[in-house]
Amino acid sequence: MNFIPDALEGLISLEYRHGFETSIESDEIPKGLSEDTVRLISARKNEPEFLLEWRLEAYRRWLKMTPPTWASVHYPPIDYQDIIYYSAPKSQKDGPKSLDEVDPELLKTYEKLGIPLHERAILAGVAVDAVFDSVSVATTFKDKLAEVGIIFCSFSEAVQHHPELIKQYLGTVVPVQDNFYAALNSAVFSDGSFVYIPPGVRCPMELSTYFRINAKNTGQFERTLIIADRGASVSYLEGCTAPMRDENQLHAAVVELVALEDAKIKYSTVQNWYPGDKEGRGGIYNFVTKRGDCRGARSHISWTQVETGSAITWKYPSVILRGKDSVGEFYSVALTNHRQQADTGTKMIHIGKNTRSTIVSKGISAGFGQQAYRGLVRMARSATGARNHTQCDSLLLGDRCQAHTFPYIEVKNHTATVEHEASTSRIGEDQLFFCRQRGLSAEDAVSMIVNGFCKEVFKELPMEFAVEAQKLLGVSLEGSVG
Amino acid sequence: MLSIKNLQASVGDKPILKGINLDVKAGEVHAIMGPNGSGKSTLSNVLAGRENATVTGGSVTYQGKDLLALAVEERAREGIFLAFQYPVEIPGVGNVYLLKAALNAQRKHRGLPELDAMDFLALVKDKMKLMEMNESMLYRAVNEGFSGGEKKRNEILQMVVLEPSLAILDETDSGLDIDALKVVSHGVNSLRSPDRAMILVTHYQRLLDYIKPDFVHVLSDGRIQRSGGPELALELEREGYAWVGNETNEGVVAP
Ligand SMILES: Nc1ncnc2c1ncn2[C@@H]1O[C@H](COP(=O)(O)OP(=O)(O)OP(=O)(O)O)[C@@H](O)[C@H]1O
Ligand SMILES: [Mg+2]
Repeated sequence: MNFIPDALEGLISLEYRHGFETSIESDEIPKGLSEDTVRLISARKNEPEFLLEWRLEAYRRWLKMTPPTWASVHYPPIDYQDIIYYSAPKSQKDGPKSLDEVDPELLKTYEKLGIPLHERAILAGVAVDAVFDSVSVATTFKDKLAEVGIIFCSFSEAVQHHPELIKQYLGTVVPVQDNFYAALNSAVFSDGSFVYIPPGVRCPMELSTYFRINAKNTGQFERTLIIADRGASVSYLEGCTAPMRDENQLHAAVVELVALEDAKIKYSTVQNWYPGDKEGRGGIYNFVTKRGDCRGARSHISWTQVETGSAITWKYPSVILRGKDSVGEFYSVALTNHRQQADTGTKMIHIGKNTRSTIVSKGISAGFGQQAYRGLVRMARSATGARNHTQCDSLLLGDRCQAHTFPYIEVKNHTATVEHEASTSRIGEDQLFFCRQRGLSAEDAVSMIVNGFCKEVFKELPMEFAVEAQKLLGVSLEGSVG
Repeated sequence: MLSIKNLQASVGDKPILKGINLDVKAGEVHAIMGPNGSGKSTLSNVLAGRENATVTGGSVTYQGKDLLALAVEERAREGIFLAFQYPVEIPGVGNVYLLKAALNAQRKHRGLPELDAMDFLALVKDKMKLMEMNESMLYRAVNEGFSGGEKKRNEILQMVVLEPSLAILDETDSGLDIDALKVVSHGVNSLRSPDRAMILVTHYQRLLDYIKPDFVHVLSDGRIQRSGGPELALELEREGYAWVGNETNEGVVAP
């Protein structure tokens, strides 16, 4: 029987709450993509020659590439000539020196989103590098971090002030020709975040970036590069939300992480971009390439993601385990509702000896949501004694949604071990009725069930993000007792 | 406590309850028996507020309130408890967490302070002893991997923790071995009191040997065809349901 109780229906059809638009004049370049567009972007950003050459190389390769077709997602072909590749809020042209110089409209926008700037940022101990469309508008705590030698700034600033680091690391984890979207990003990326943690330094606070897409028809091409030098460690938080849109918007970001010897990088994402309406109109296309390189021995890279937004998500945060004894982790909660589609997972590429990886993926599908877990575990010939454990669970709300699991396993070293567990379950009317019959509200009941399901991932999130995640899933964190 | 008047309910287009009349007073235990498919679980569910059967007529008054106007969780917080014929599993949610959340939701509703983890554990461990359950069950996910009998026992554990005013037990005896039946009955009897009432849905006299009902009703074809004292159950045990009325002898209403 096709039966979903009203209470559940009500919960899973909650309206997107961040749907508002900030009216700010934008400094845009005309629609369309050509070598000139690439040159124009690079010129606007006053980039050094090597970067322009790098972009042009990416553009030329991109021209010869085609979009991947293997993912279980469906959308009409994207007209890449119909996209604006550069847009900066006009009032930000010269760059703000302090928060006072930031456009009040922008600040209001962030306030509505509950982003901790001003004192809120200080109280929460969070440094925010807020990205509005393509240009960073506010960076806090930069000075404090600079005292210990940490560089945390927008990508454009890093290009101006630390070109040698950019030159040394950019594209070394995700090469320009890696895939269609990564090549596109490399050609036209506008801005993003840059982090460098010097040897032996533990970053004293969580670094956080909130992304926000605002201007119409603006593809967003963020570029993030994080480097943890020998023995350094950092925890980085990325949050995203976008206002209501009728047309689909492309977002093709690239994130590169580099961990040298004994370094540790923890990268957490809460993504709630506009998912489109109930009928699947509008919403963000989130085609992201995220990859970490455990370059040094005993290095450690951990991805934690809570993906609740976007019309389409295509995302596989991966780790290349090069250094011996290095560790890769992937903890994921992905939620698809209404007509949302997600094809997400990870790749763990074991190259070094005794490398270890853990994958925990929790997929929640509601409405007509479509979800696929796609994970690759590769044990190279050199990966003696390497180990992987994968656990991949799906939870279905109602009976119109779908979940699929595609594990790919390649083992070239017989001393390596790979374990894979998978399950699919359903929040039924009966479970919900049972919880409510015991006195819980429908909301608390769904929270409890979903939260129980996501427990292993949520416990990996930094506290303030766990709260965000819980808000997003309508989940009470207290639910993880027991 | 509970007054059901001419209650009618359908699942889809199919009428299942066709005019139920039943009065339950505080302190009473009522047994409802009847053939498979006669509507016993439907009645239990309708009283608890499950939405898969639609009430098409009649009224239910509970402690002076219009029961049918209350949401499922409101009914629960007002003291209605349903022990499920088929208890559900909730993977990943600890038994102890569910119990604590449920108890505190109900306490909050009644204006009582919520129990903290220590007080709650003390209480629940006490009740587990009563139910002769292993404490390790507390930390397992709700009913996940529990045997049929363990699930039923778990239902009654929830009942003795929540201490409802009106407990509806839908075939709690089915699937229990003899020893478990005794334990469960003991748990149920421990709750019997002048200000509580119970409705036991069962097919078997043996449960009624342990939990003595004040009244026995026979539900058949969506109506209560006969009502009587404990002796009616014995009669049913001997004769089966064949002699009880069906559609053709409407109007056989309980005295
Ligand atoms: N979802 C449903 N769809 C169709 N018919 C249903 C549905 N739920 C219940 N019914 C029907 O309602 C009638 C009453 O079912 P109910 O479960 O109340 O019976 P019962 O008296 O509890 O039986 P048992 O002794 O077997 O537990 C049955 O004929 C059943 O098939
Ligand atoms: Mg039944």
